[in-house]
Amino acid sequence: MRLSLQRFTKRFGETVVVDGLDLEVADGEMLALLGPSGCGKSTTLFAICGIHRVDGGRILFGDRDVTDLPAQERKVGIVFQNYALYPHMTVAQNIAFPLRVAQMPRAQMERKVEDIARLVHIGELLERRPAHLSGGQQQRVALARALVREPDILLLDEPLANLDAKLRMEMRAEIRRVQSETGTTAILVTHDQVEAMSMCDRIALMNGGRIVQLDAPAAMYERPVDLFVAGFLGNPPISFVKGAPNGGGVQLDNGQMIGAARLAQAGPVTLGIRPEHFGPQFGRGLSGEVTMRETHGREDLVAVRLQGGGQLRAILPAGNGVKPGDAVDWGVAADRILAFAADGRRL
Amino acid sequence: MTDVLDRPSRAVLRRPVLRLGPNWPIVTILVLISAPLVLMYVYLVVDSFTTSPAGAILPDGVTLQHWRFLTGPLSPNQPTIWTLTFNTFVFASVTALVVSAISLTAAYALSRLDMPARRMFLGGLIVLHAFPTVTLIVAVFLILQYFGLYDTLWGVILVKCAFELPFGVWIMKGFYDTVPWEIEMAGMADGASRARVWWELVLPQVNPGLAAILIFSFLSAWSEFVLPLVLAPGNAPQLLSTYLASLVSDVTRADFGLYKAVGLFYALPVIVVYLVFHKRLLNIYSGGTKG
Repeated sequence: MRLSLQRFTKRFGETVVVDGLDLEVADGEMLALLGPSGCGKSTTLFAICGIHRVDGGRILFGDRDVTDLPAQERKVGIVFQNYALYPHMTVAQNIAFPLRVAQMPRAQMERKVEDIARLVHIGELLERRPAHLSGGQQQRVALARALVREPDILLLDEPLANLDAKLRMEMRAEIRRVQSETGTTAILVTHDQVEAMSMCDRIALMNGGRIVQLDAPAAMYERPVDLFVAGFLGNPPISFVKGAPNGGGVQLDNGQMIGAARLAQAGPVTLGIRPEHFGPQFGRGLSGEVTMRETHGREDLVAVRLQGGGQLRAILPAGNGVKPGDAVDWGVAADRILAFAADGRRL
Repeated sequence: MTDVLDRPSRAVLRRPVLRLGPNWPIVTILVLISAPLVLMYVYLVVDSFTTSPAGAILPDGVTLQHWRFLTGPLSPNQPTIWTLTFNTFVFASVTALVVSAISLTAAYALSRLDMPARRMFLGGLIVLHAFPTVTLIVAVFLILQYFGLYDTLWGVILVKCAFELPFGVWIMKGFYDTVPWEIEMAGMADGASRARVWWELVLPQVNPGLAAILIFSFLSAWSEFVLPLVLAPGNAPQLLSTYLASLVSDVTRADFGLYKAVGLFYALPVIVVYLVFHKRLLNIYSGGTKG
């Protein structure tokens, strides 16, 4: 079901946590609310759920205004970071709880529990108690419980944060699969960009209670609207160097030149260079010294201190032979450089 | 799976008590220090069934004479032991139920609801918890008299409940605090009302606390002596504790065999309750269980 927030505002006491936020989520879409802690993403999620009272604006599920409805009347399913399973109930009882509250006939209830358990692959765990399940299994149960009464909106609050790295990858795909198969509109709150990018159709990147950019993951990565978005997305992160247009390129503050004719007309700029766009494969032009090398297995992350100041990072294939202390002269992919004006917006 | 997980803990609990290990010097010292107390308990049991000449250590005859209070009142104007036991049971049960009911709800409010003066309540709880409440007895006496509850069992129950509540509320709040918020949020998102969430999702997780409070306040009320003595003196004792005291109030005619028999009778339920529930009572210190 389509979800829209219109001028949604939330205050805690004097502090405005979310200020006039507009957001449209299409039916069946999965959208990530991504941002650093304290950016208002969880607040927004809890307001959609009905846990937080709304201080301004409206929340609509489809055409239904739910702004003043309590959580019970909203038909949302929610999965928490700690799963919040009911410890005294078996898996089957956990999943059946929303149906029991809705006073569904017993036979129908059992069928639905079995169906959803099969969907999330926990059919054989129904008689267990949550304490006897692994983290990934608990996660699946929480997902099943959230989905069993076919909610209008599925809310996921940092659902993968408590899982180890391997399980996290597996559950990323699983959650996405279940969400697509049920066609449920979903909101994922996370501070993990990889989660947001890999699981969601679109990302709403939030900062300071506002949505800074709302875009598809690839588009946001390639065309960030400002310095914050560019710096937040990407791991290893983008590097920034300052400079000013001069002739056919940009003269950096450290005196070196980067050739980028398209920036000739701009004022002082900050250039954002992602690690994958700097290295020996792009020719020469920027000289400096290697200060650090991290082995990541398939590739190495190398930090280069530029002559005259500034630092860039590069991703190099493994076995490149670069080591700390080496003097290097590498190039950048000039057409992939991101340039930002003095106010932070991308040029 | 359950069994696999439970087995180690049972094994720990069933470890032989008498294996002293390297702690034997401490154990020996503790045994020596507590020996007089244990001995007195032994005499409590022995003396209630025997006769012994004045000053003798060992009894010289077996008798059920001291247990004559079971069959009828000791003197015509006194209530029977069964009336007293019934009264004491009512007193302790009502106190336990009232304290538990109020603790259960008040502690939830203090733990979860953003209510006015919450901090003041919490502060007050701690103060009252540590406060020697018996110093309030004069004020309580005046209040009871004002409301016409002086010298009634209900008045004593009221006061006993009031005195037990800070402890109960404080303990229950500790149990509620261990229940994750998210469980309640999930319950409400699942469509359950706040009350239903409390009843079906939160209460089962504070059950150990509830059990502990019930037992503790029952035992505390069962052994309460000062409150009924001061607030319901009456002509005849109404509770076992005051009855027991009345047996030795006149030292010249005190019958210590009888006193010990009644004392044993009075202590029996406490021992039984403790034996049955001691595991649950220990919960109060662990503050919650894992599901």
